[in-house]
Amino acid sequence: MSNEAPRSAAKKQLPEHFKAYTGVWVYIELERGQVHSVSWELLGEGRKLADQLKVPLAAVVLGPPDGSARAAVADSFCYGADRAYLMESALLADYRNEPYTRAMTDLVNTHKPEVLLLGATTLGRDLAGSVATTLKTGLTADCTELAIDAERSLAATRPTFGGSLLCTIMTLNVRPQMATIRPRVMAMPQRVDAPVGEVVEVPFDMAEDTIITKVIDFIADSSRDKVQLAYADIVVAGGLGLGNADNLRHVRELARVLGGEWGCSRPLVQKGWAPADRQIGQTGKTIRPKLYIAAGISGAIQHRVGVEGADLILAINTDKAAPILDFAHYALIADAAVALPALTTAFARRLGPAVRLAG
Amino acid sequence: MHIVVCIKQVPDSAQIRVHPVTNTIMRQGVPTIINPYDLFSLEAALAIRDEHGGTVTVLSMGPPMAADSLRRALSIGADRAVLLTDRFFAGSDTLATSYALATAITKIASDQPVDMVFCGKQTIDGDTAQVGPGIARRLGFHQLTYVESVETIDRARRTVIVRRRAEGGVQVLRSELPCMVTMLEGSAVVRRGSMADALRAARADVTTWSAKDAGIEDISQCGLRGSPTVVRKVFAPQPRKEKAVLIEASAHDPVHMAEATIDTLFAALPGLNAELHAAAAR
Ligand SMILES: Cc1cc2nc3c(=O)[nH]c(=O)nc-3n(C[C@H](O)[C@H](O)[C@H](O)COP(=O)(O)OP(=O)(O)OC[C@H]3O[C@@H](n4cnc5c(N)ncnc54)[C@H](O)[C@@H]3O)c2cc1C
Ligand SMILES: Nc1ncnc2c1ncn2[C@@H]1O[C@H](COP(=O)(O)O)[C@@H](O)[C@H]1O
Repeated sequence: MSNEAPRSAAKKQLPEHFKAYTGVWVYIELERGQVHSVSWELLGEGRKLADQLKVPLAAVVLGPPDGSARAAVADSFCYGADRAYLMESALLADYRNEPYTRAMTDLVNTHKPEVLLLGATTLGRDLAGSVATTLKTGLTADCTELAIDAERSLAATRPTFGGSLLCTIMTLNVRPQMATIRPRVMAMPQRVDAPVGEVVEVPFDMAEDTIITKVIDFIADSSRDKVQLAYADIVVAGGLGLGNADNLRHVRELARVLGGEWGCSRPLVQKGWAPADRQIGQTGKTIRPKLYIAAGISGAIQHRVGVEGADLILAINTDKAAPILDFAHYALIADAAVALPALTTAFARRLGPAVRLAG
Repeated sequence: MHIVVCIKQVPDSAQIRVHPVTNTIMRQGVPTIINPYDLFSLEAALAIRDEHGGTVTVLSMGPPMAADSLRRALSIGADRAVLLTDRFFAGSDTLATSYALATAITKIASDQPVDMVFCGKQTIDGDTAQVGPGIARRLGFHQLTYVESVETIDRARRTVIVRRRAEGGVQVLRSELPCMVTMLEGSAVVRRGSMADALRAARADVTTWSAKDAGIEDISQCGLRGSPTVVRKVFAPQPRKEKAVLIEASAHDPVHMAEATIDTLFAALPGLNAELHAAAAR
């Protein structure tokens, strides 16, 4: 994306050979036997785009011939795909850039989709960058909103530099139009059991000895210290308004009493008050909790886009004019360092003896 | 070892402001810095050079003033600096940027072959994480992104082993030189640079190349013309129709304040009360 002034004057002049490109594709991220839930979220969003364009929605599944890829295909139909492109090969067992880029570009060149969506995960971003460069097409990273414009082009919106702006980016004259979307930005679609779609099996003709990069080990994160922030139903977060690192403990304690997770705004990570995996926002985690309590957070756009999926947002802020009041549902105008411990005590009292305070 | 590190000069995000009326970014007077993520890559490259010997060349595409960032990289310890600057590059998106940088790296390699290219994980202004993979693809280098650490480099066999952050774990990958690496933030403490390096940087020349100097023949792949993406519109987010409801409570009575807040939340989210009790009982 360029940072220059918008070129709204740019006209769509799609070259003839791209006019055959049709259909919306979602890359189904299958790694080590498991599909990343962002893929289902993208099928939900892809369904809407495909319906608007009146074209089929296809899932792209790359994986090893151990049944996991076929299971992912079956699940894709339950989440709304009409069709699935399946490439099974032992070479696709672990994610590696070379074979995956090759597989994906071959599929695109043969079956010609107009839109290709991937999750903005470490895998999705690694793959999207090299696929887009190979295909010499446009790629918009970390979108927060997708739409189809009057000319049937994909309008991909993402936050832009500066703290309070969004920009809409289009790929007018090349196909496919590619975008990555972060986990939890789009809602999880309803799973419908048992529909069967069309499976297009495509052979993968690469030889292992032509692939230079080898996976020699995989060290799984122990699930215990993996932060479940993105999937928590209740999240309490603190920002610079906490005043100091020590006050973060009030955030943690309220989260614990509520059985939720805690997070923070980016400056707290930059100051070393909190680890990076606790950051909420565009360059941190996107969350979709039922309840989000933001204490001492001003609500800059990069923070806002990470929390807008919350059902209910309570802001605790001393400033009635803070931008977070533009999108929070309720606001408590108060000092976070006073309000948080008061809430913790009051919740603990209401929830009864099962909740102990210190610990 | 010859290592090229791509660094971008970016406005210091902490000090950027948006014009309230025109919705444009006010860059005037905003100090610039080296993209923070690029420093982790620079450090990794310098550490490899210190261990294996060789040269670290820093490369940037940007306006003439980006030379300041390159000089700063020299003061941290880089050996050589190249600035790509030309009006043809204005308005480049990531595809056009990777074309220009990859062509310049090919040119740099014609003097001394390049074994590794380092890029930042992402920039804080473009923030796409695409330029690194784009360069790797164009140069045909092996692509190693989100690297936590470069474990070993075997110069005789030309192999490299890295630990790469993946979803749900860490991949240990063995690949070959030449390769393109992007480092994860926090992967190392970035050195301050010695006095000798600072003095050298102050005197050093930054090699400045136009598109032509860099060997770019196809100008149509640069700048706006070479960019498939167009920015259609830049806009401020819509406020919700209603602003947040203020919870009426005395700021001087924390107990009352907390009770009023909880009552409000329970009324707004039916089921929350029951869920919390159920969770607490577990
Ligand atoms: C490329 C880019 C990416 C970014 N990504 C992210 C991201 O992922 N996540 C993120 O959060 N930010 C991100 N940012 C930073 C973002 O623009 C803001 O700078 C940041 O969110 C502000 O953090 P804050 O709200 O904690 O601090 P501030 O903006 O300083 O706000 C502090 C708030 O606390 C209030 N306050 C002060 N004292 C008290 C008190 N005693 N009690 C209660 N309230 C009080 C103030 O009224 C104010 O509203 C990004 C920026 C850029 C440029
Ligand atoms: N103009 C540029 N000059 C030099 N390196 C760049 C430039 N733009 C991007 N890069 C490199 O590519 C990385 C990723 O950038 P981006 O795709 O914009 O997030 C950066 O961290 C830099 O290492």
